[in-house]
Amino acid sequence: MTYDEMRHFADSYGLVVMVILYIVLCGWAFRPNAKKRNEQAANMIFADDTIKDENDG
Amino acid sequence: MDSVVMRASGWFALFLVTMVLVVVAEDRGYAVHMAIAGAAALIMVWATLTRIDYSALARGILRTPDDKSQYYDDVVRWGVIATVGWSVVGLLAGLFIALQLTYPVLNLGSEFTTFGRLRPLHTSAVIFAFGGNILIASSFYVVQRTCRARLAFPGLARFVFWGYQFFIVLAATGYVMGITASREYAEPEWYVDIWLTIVWVAYFVVFVGTLARRREPHIYVANWFYLSFIITIAMLHIVNNLAIPVSIFGSKSYSAFGGVQDALTQWWYGHNAVAFFLTVPFLAMMYYFVPKQANRPVYSYRLSIIHFWSLIFLYIWAGPHHLHYTALPDWAQTLGMVFSVVLWMPSWGGMINGLMTLNGAWDKIRTDPIIRMMVMALAFYGMATFEGPMLSIKAVNSLSHYTEWTVGHVHSGALGWNGMISFAAIYFLVPRLWRQPRLYSLRMVNWHFWLATIGIVLYAAALWVAGIMQGLMWREYGEDGYLVYAFSEVVSAMFPMYLIRAVGGALYLAGAIIMVYNVCMTIAGRQRAEKPMSDAVYDPAADRPIVTQPAE
Repeated sequence: MTYDEMRHFADSYGLVVMVILYIVLCGWAFRPNAKKRNEQAANMIFADDTIKDENDG
Repeated sequence: MDSVVMRASGWFALFLVTMVLVVVAEDRGYAVHMAIAGAAALIMVWATLTRIDYSALARGILRTPDDKSQYYDDVVRWGVIATVGWSVVGLLAGLFIALQLTYPVLNLGSEFTTFGRLRPLHTSAVIFAFGGNILIASSFYVVQRTCRARLAFPGLARFVFWGYQFFIVLAATGYVMGITASREYAEPEWYVDIWLTIVWVAYFVVFVGTLARRREPHIYVANWFYLSFIITIAMLHIVNNLAIPVSIFGSKSYSAFGGVQDALTQWWYGHNAVAFFLTVPFLAMMYYFVPKQANRPVYSYRLSIIHFWSLIFLYIWAGPHHLHYTALPDWAQTLGMVFSVVLWMPSWGGMINGLMTLNGAWDKIRTDPIIRMMVMALAFYGMATFEGPMLSIKAVNSLSHYTEWTVGHVHSGALGWNGMISFAAIYFLVPRLWRQPRLYSLRMVNWHFWLATIGIVLYAAALWVAGIMQGLMWREYGEDGYLVYAFSEVVSAMFPMYLIRAVGGALYLAGAIIMVYNVCMTIAGRQRAEKPMSDAVYDPAADRPIVTQPAE
């Protein structure tokens, strides 16, 4: 592959693939049941604490 | 017994190989480095043959709690101690070269102590020795806790720690002897680069091995940041250091790239070292230690995921902004500028995510000096990630490039963001790692906080003034089209700012020395008798029933 071919691939199909990949990866966090899973994930680091904070609910 | 003999003779054979390399070496620096490697091999021979349980000995000296059934934290403890030690070395080197700029007589008339050789010593000591050690140590701590699994391959983890220290020693001694590949933040020569690659692959294996053994179904977001740091640094390090040695018995090598392509490779590496060494893994620390210290989950886990992918997809393109107005094609310069400006958004998304974790517990900034350090770190992260995109705009860059403004920008990020979040993590880790109820002194953390903050403010403000003045003086034309100021006039005009910068650096170093004392006393199991940082109001005189007076 010459430099020119690589360059044209990068600013056409390569660019499109990267943008779609980015949108899918970010969109994944917005899927319907993500809210509950995200909450679990965020609180997972406190599972090893024996003393629960009064704010934890 | 046989295995002991085998291992000892293996190390001794390695020692003989290094001695041969010392003899056939083509330059002094290479010979000295092979002698250092030989000394390390001899230490291993002695350690193997005497068969003393060095781990137990170290546990005694370091007062390590006995926790065989728990997480594997020995390497984390060594890493924290190494971080604390290297921080003083790196900051001291920084203060010394700041004073050299102010008073050139401090170059001491020796080739070994010139600014040109001590500057990479300073940058590598603070970035790779201080920063690298806290990243390796904290990643081993966090990955075990968030995976609820013991570290995979403890022997390999010990190799990662000692191999990384060996890399630092080779790099540092090389700079002083004048061995350099002349690549920003990647000065070590080819054989040291190969050694670091081996250590880094071992680091990757330990980290991914632990992830594979996890008991939690979800991989916590901090580990995403750590893993991207490990993978990307490997890629950047290997590509940037592709070089052909003049001789395998000599230290000199030449880059595989030439001209503007070499320049772009260097800054593709250089800026991504800032991104994937000084930003992404420190954000991993933020995503674990800030919620833990505040005792509240991260503000938005969804935002942390978007933050992660945005940094991954955007940062890699920002490097060309270091090459504005050079031979680099114009479109590449503009590309670098645009991506740098776009980066502002995810960076501030991350900062807001960290700060808003304190939502509903803002009083902790007043009562908890460790939280205060974390908040100051995030504030400086926000400031540096605003200043950076601004400086990358070509019009601004035409004034700021090659001036002290850039140096000031780097230091508000490094001292403010990387330094402060690392200190906070050290204060979080030390009592937990040594099973102490609390730090020796929280009030000393407060002193550290204020010395460091005032130091950074002096440092950054002095270099803003110095940099803008320098840029304006350089571009000042007289009526006939001649330059108004000679270069030397610009240098002497900066003297007061250089002095203020050195004072700021001295204050920052003073804060770090207080940390060393505090950490040592905590490890020794002492607790300072001191008034707590905050207390509810209590007035014994008013603490009584109201006595009603009978009516007259």
